[in-house]
Amino acid sequence: MQKKIGKLPFKGTEEQKNRLDAVIAENKHDKSRLMAVMQQAQDIYGYLPVEVQEMIAEGMDVPMEKVYGVATFYAQFSLSPKGDTDISVCLGTACYVKGSGDIFDKLSEILGIGAEECTPDGKFSLTACRCIGACGLAPVLTVNGEVYGRLTANDVPAVLAQHGFEK
Amino acid sequence: MEMLNVKVNGIAVSVPKGSTILEAARVAGVEIPTLCYMKEKNEIGACRICVVEATGARGLVTACVYPVTEGMEISTNTAKVREARKTTLELILSTHDKKCLSCSRSTNCELQKLCRDYGVDENAFEGFKPKYEIDDSAPHLVRDNNKCILCRRCVAVCQEQYVSVIGANDRGIDTNIGSPFNAKLNDVPCISCGQCTVVCPTGALVEKDDTDKVWAALADPTKHVVVQTAPAIRATLGECFDMPIGTNVEGKMVAALRRLGFDKVFDTDFGADLTIVEEANELVERVKNNGTLPMITSCSPGWIKFAEYYYPEMLGHLSSCKSPQQMTGAVIKTYYAEKMGIDPKDIVVVSVMPCTAKKFEIGRADESAAGVPDVDVAITTRELGRMIDRAGIKFANLPDEQFDSPLGEGTGAAVIFGATGGVMEAALRTANDWLTGKSNDNIVFEEVRGTMGLKEASYDLAGLKVKVAVASGAAAAKTVMDRIKSGKADWTFVEIMGCPGGCVNGGGQPIQPQYVRDTVDLKAERAKALYAQDEATVLRKSHENPAVKKIYEEYYTDGFGGHKAHHDLHTSYVARKKYN
Repeated sequence: MQKKIGKLPFKGTEEQKNRLDAVIAENKHDKSRLMAVMQQAQDIYGYLPVEVQEMIAEGMDVPMEKVYGVATFYAQFSLSPKGDTDISVCLGTACYVKGSGDIFDKLSEILGIGAEECTPDGKFSLTACRCIGACGLAPVLTVNGEVYGRLTANDVPAVLAQHGFEK
Repeated sequence: MEMLNVKVNGIAVSVPKGSTILEAARVAGVEIPTLCYMKEKNEIGACRICVVEATGARGLVTACVYPVTEGMEISTNTAKVREARKTTLELILSTHDKKCLSCSRSTNCELQKLCRDYGVDENAFEGFKPKYEIDDSAPHLVRDNNKCILCRRCVAVCQEQYVSVIGANDRGIDTNIGSPFNAKLNDVPCISCGQCTVVCPTGALVEKDDTDKVWAALADPTKHVVVQTAPAIRATLGECFDMPIGTNVEGKMVAALRRLGFDKVFDTDFGADLTIVEEANELVERVKNNGTLPMITSCSPGWIKFAEYYYPEMLGHLSSCKSPQQMTGAVIKTYYAEKMGIDPKDIVVVSVMPCTAKKFEIGRADESAAGVPDVDVAITTRELGRMIDRAGIKFANLPDEQFDSPLGEGTGAAVIFGATGGVMEAALRTANDWLTGKSNDNIVFEEVRGTMGLKEASYDLAGLKVKVAVASGAAAAKTVMDRIKSGKADWTFVEIMGCPGGCVNGGGQPIQPQYVRDTVDLKAERAKALYAQDEATVLRKSHENPAVKKIYEEYYTDGFGGHKAHHDLHTSYVARKKYN
């Protein structure tokens, strides 16, 4: 699947920009540090929208396409913003055979978004991830890093309600 | 240099250490098929068509990147090799569109030829087939990723041009060649040079075909349809009809255009000569009035777009002269229209160009001297070749014919515009005569000839020391601009062409397979035809062109750079934003 490109408007702050500028200034002498800069940019902004990639391309003096090519090659980079609550469902082998696909579909249905997407209000985002090393609890998902294991699709509404989701 | 002895299919050769199997095979006269390989430009071993057997290697190895070792025995044509290549081709075809019948690259497609050679089953693998939207947003080319084989040759040339608006995006089965954020080609800082269309082995990147517009104009009895051909076309059109590279087909080209039904067949050489006198005058004015120097030529629309995107703060260096295409068009719709008593609205100017960026140039602002576009349709050499085929004209059997008057006259100086350094040499010939106040016999400026990306020279013209630079290819253009920016350049006049080698190697020129591009210097061979014609021409200085002289006597009576000439023959540029 091609990487999803977020459609929500960019909301970068001056403070974030200053931080990215500092990262670029530290690394711009060596173009091979592009990926490291992109990783730090993602830490700052949470994702790599066109505005951020353009700042990186200009700052590092590399073509924008180079930045985008790297951003879409590696699974670690995201082109869409994460919601306040990011739900990441493990679709690794163990979780998948235990039904995590159904859990993902249920979340997708209730939230009205697909993988790598964010609800229009910016509150929830959905990620399909690979093995997080908790196969003993399969199927698992994480909500902002907190692990929920041995779930079924029927548990999904309760997990969402716990995190303030209202229909 | 340490030499290694190897055998290719039993043929013993000695090659320098570090050579690849492919290089050794070429020395042995053995051809190994390639798809992604471009000598010195794209040596990535990605497509695996060039696999061979070699002693000391485990399994099959990719000849284009695998270095030879002493005593290595290489077999390029075993059953195992042929089977592997066939399977690779069938796998490539599993995601390929296979629309050969309607593809403009049919019979000139490297993938198609290999498939024929290896007897593939085009439906051997019915797998996942990605479907890509065809991108025809730009005026100059069409990108159809459904025909792309991911060889990355286009990516390599785009990078070589310092543009890099296309690259490999996503990964695995989703890998696709595209622009950042899947933007369309018209929305990225593409300079329209079309070099990608020349190296694409398939029909994934092709010029936008505008021949239907030409056929429609030719069929319309209310239109006076005039054609002009760029200096470089005569040196390359023959390749569309399997003639040797570097054959000058000017006479047959004129005959073919007449048979296609054009009312007048004019020569962009006229516009080139006009460019020289206008540009030389502009240069003199700048020198006299402390204007922005160095002044840089503006004939190449790919270069102009490059400057507008990548050096928007330096556009003051560009000559305000329109390109020869636009000057010729402007003169046709003003001077010629008036002379012939035809409403410019009823004239259709078609230009045949070595260039895809010319398709962009005709739609630029400030390129309509008579209130209508100076040029209506720009087609490439390749499109003209196809029109001649479609009309059933047997090109090789045509007689040699002459351009029409009054705008069919060009000098030797104009002919060499098609090669890098040609504009500079033409300008120097005129400047030397003007500054010395006499006609000089010494008209060859050897230092600015040749296919090197950047050439520099200094001349003493009647006591005036002139330093010049000639750049071709956007990479060399970048070097020039960076040097000017840093204040380290002391040139007076600079010629820049967007494509390496100039127009003879333009993005609209006939496509030669990569094997030929690797082994023949197309730029040099095609340029030879132009320099030979220059040498054989009586009039070799732009200011001696009788048609040019006449137009200043009859029409632009206030002289070079005068008010009227300025209105018709000069233009303006815009600073462009790369990504919005």
